[in-house]
Amino acid sequence: MFSKFDRKHYFYPDLPMGYQITQYDEPIILGGYINIKVDGKIKKIGITRAHLESDAGKSLHPTGQNHSLIDYNRAGVPLLEIVSEPDLSSALEARLYVTELYLAMKLAGVSEANLFYGNMRFDCNVSLSKTDQLGVRTETKNLNSFKSVEKAINVEIMRQISILEKGGKIIQETRGWNEDKQRGFTQRIKENADDYRYMPDPDLPPIKLEDSWLDEIQGSMPFLADDWRKKLISLALTDDEINLLLKAEADFGGILDIVNDSIDQLKKARIFANWLINFEIPFLQNLEDKNHYTYLTSQQRQQIYDKVYFYKDKNLINSTKLALLFNDLLARPSLVNDLDNYLKTKDYLQDSNQDNLIKIVNQIITENHKAVNDVLNGETKVVGFLVGQVMKLSKGQANPQIAQQLIMDEINKLKVE
Amino acid sequence: MKWTDFSTIEDLVQSIKTGQISVVSIVEEVFERIKQTRDFQVLLDDFEKEAFHQAKIIDDKVRLKQPLGRLAGVPFIVKDNFLTFSQKTTAASHMLEKFIAPYQATSVNKLINEDAILVGKANLDAYAHGSSTENSDFFTTKNPYDKNRVPGGSSGGSAAAVALNLVPFALGTDTGGSIRLPASFCNQVGLKPSYGLVSRSGVVAMASSLDCIGPITKNVQDNALILDIIADQDQLDSTTIARDKTGYVIDSNSQRMVEKAKIGVISDYLIDGIDQKVKANFLTKVELLKEAGFQVEDISIPLIKYALAVYYIICPAEISSNLSRYDGLRYGFHESNNDNIEASVEMSRSQGFGQEAKRRIMIGTYVLSSGYYDAYYKKAQQVRTKLIDSFKELFKSYDFLVGPTVPTLPFKIGEKKSDPIEMYLIDVMTVSANLVGIPAISLPAGMIDGLPTGFQVMADISSDKQLLAFSSKIEELLK
Repeated sequence: MFSKFDRKHYFYPDLPMGYQITQYDEPIILGGYINIKVDGKIKKIGITRAHLESDAGKSLHPTGQNHSLIDYNRAGVPLLEIVSEPDLSSALEARLYVTELYLAMKLAGVSEANLFYGNMRFDCNVSLSKTDQLGVRTETKNLNSFKSVEKAINVEIMRQISILEKGGKIIQETRGWNEDKQRGFTQRIKENADDYRYMPDPDLPPIKLEDSWLDEIQGSMPFLADDWRKKLISLALTDDEINLLLKAEADFGGILDIVNDSIDQLKKARIFANWLINFEIPFLQNLEDKNHYTYLTSQQRQQIYDKVYFYKDKNLINSTKLALLFNDLLARPSLVNDLDNYLKTKDYLQDSNQDNLIKIVNQIITENHKAVNDVLNGETKVVGFLVGQVMKLSKGQANPQIAQQLIMDEINKLKVE
Repeated sequence: MKWTDFSTIEDLVQSIKTGQISVVSIVEEVFERIKQTRDFQVLLDDFEKEAFHQAKIIDDKVRLKQPLGRLAGVPFIVKDNFLTFSQKTTAASHMLEKFIAPYQATSVNKLINEDAILVGKANLDAYAHGSSTENSDFFTTKNPYDKNRVPGGSSGGSAAAVALNLVPFALGTDTGGSIRLPASFCNQVGLKPSYGLVSRSGVVAMASSLDCIGPITKNVQDNALILDIIADQDQLDSTTIARDKTGYVIDSNSQRMVEKAKIGVISDYLIDGIDQKVKANFLTKVELLKEAGFQVEDISIPLIKYALAVYYIICPAEISSNLSRYDGLRYGFHESNNDNIEASVEMSRSQGFGQEAKRRIMIGTYVLSSGYYDAYYKKAQQVRTKLIDSFKELFKSYDFLVGPTVPTLPFKIGEKKSDPIEMYLIDVMTVSANLVGIPAISLPAGMIDGLPTGFQVMADISSDKQLLAFSSKIEELLK
């Protein structure tokens, strides 16, 4: 495979060399596609090309000041520009597409793709037409979140509709997006084609990529989103849950190993997936001090999940306590080394001992005449209230299933009497 | 004892290391010479205080028997388009008149790492655009053999510095002959190595696909030593190539390799546009080679007549691109227009650049413009590829190709300044090596009417070692 770099010349304060290194006619990638799922159906979005180029600096225009500032820190940093075919027909599709791209870039380790730092940005071209012929397009540049992509496109669609319905014409232009006002604005109108005087960059020799090297890359590719989806399909998760897991895998690489490694034991894998969804992912997303948190290694995670699974499988811990336990373990993974004692000192284990529970159940039945009568009159929902009272009195240690069984047994005895 | 008493840098370093000559005394001699030769306007800056400081450090190391580099105590000068930590780097341009570099050229670092001492920075045609130093935005350097004549360019200051015995070696840059031409005009040895053999990192870019860095020295042996130190692959320059595994220092082995060298005389250079005295002198040297037992044949490269035209399309195209960075916004000459950034860039560039830089920017911009790109730039690149093929073919049959370095003797200051085409024609014999990427050297070939003339030898790409070995074999013969 052959590729080369070119220079694109123009003067702009954010471009320190007076030219941008880019790929004009031999881009590194020519063609491809991304699948998105719209209304339960797979839609293929074509990729025209992807080329490497150097990023420019970041212009800042302080409000109320008569000067601009430029942050050159990202100037010259390599950037991959991915150009899609005009296959997207709604703002929602665009959001799904950029989300899939994000997953691909993160999972393949192409980029940190940190949207907050502008590691991934989106330029959205919008044109309207009632026929197959594409209309005049506008380009809204530098959108920096999935949400703003969807919003900016919808706002632009509405703007173009209102112009077209009044019989007006769309002007081809570059637009910006004001996040605070949730409004687009005109940045630059192209009056005539610029002459960028493209030339091969004489500082960068052309690159020849050997097939063997490409094969090596192909062979060492990590799971991408669709590979994961195929893996996770047996767990009967919803699309939202799967997307949550994929985003977590993208954000906290390796987190899904725990599910993948136990995929042959379906019950266990499903429970681990649920723990990720309900405990670990929310915990990580809500971390206040991300910089000082030491993320679990895959081995640590395996150890924690296996041990907790042991208690869960033996029905020794209820879901309320499980949530608390996970929070403790994620904050202090070393607790797992002496988990038995920890569970005892924290009273996290549930009580399934009938002799212990019957005393509590009888006390609750004695103290809640009205509720007991309601149950006797057929309002079975009230049983839940009584179970709750048992849980409260047992400080959460009672096994709720056993408690419920005992309550029903005792009330049924009353019925007979 | 003076450093000029030593015939080679190697001998000098040997005497420094054994304490026979002190580095401080060498530096004293250097600055005495610098002061005596001010009239020639060779240097844009010199660093007396820093040089003495370094000299004392090295003398101390000698006394304490500490390890020393291969160039311990050897003073040197670089053309002022090499970025150095010492003072400013101006490229002899108003645009960079006050520019202080934030990093240092790889080649300069390599020399300093071997304990060489940078004593000054030499004049050049601004941005290395020229063949006489007359395009310097500051002043014209004078030829050491005749003050009324130019020293050649663009590395005129570097060549004159070695000729005037300011230092034993200097670095220059060669984009279309800018080392070989002044070496020829100043009677020194000037090498343009294979493209990519010496890192361009930290050298003010002129035309990136042509720019080469090389040494100007008194003899071939010194030249090979300096090349051996500066030639290396560099992560900071993607176009650098691997150095010869056996290095470049001349030894009996490498000299034996070239004993039976087959030589082609580029006859195309001898037809027209050449001074008859230069031609006659060159032909007598060719006879001497034959007498010395080398197999010598006339060859012709029909495409070579297009080389200068190709050069003056590709070179300005790359110049127009490389000079885009000088917009006066971050560094360099800045003329402010408070309310309009475009006007400010325009003012900075139109006042900061000299006439020749502007001329080349305009030609380059033109040949890259849409509608003209195919007719000029693309066509020139195609001819360049064909020229590369022609040379490749010739090097299957010949080890070295020879010709004069310059078609004329050193010309008078002001003689060609008003006619840029006339000036460009001076490069006619040197540009091909840059277009093809091969190594080429200019060797002193005796005096004509008291003025120096040069003998050019070219070799196949990456045959720099063979080229130097052959040159050292014939240098006495040519003088």
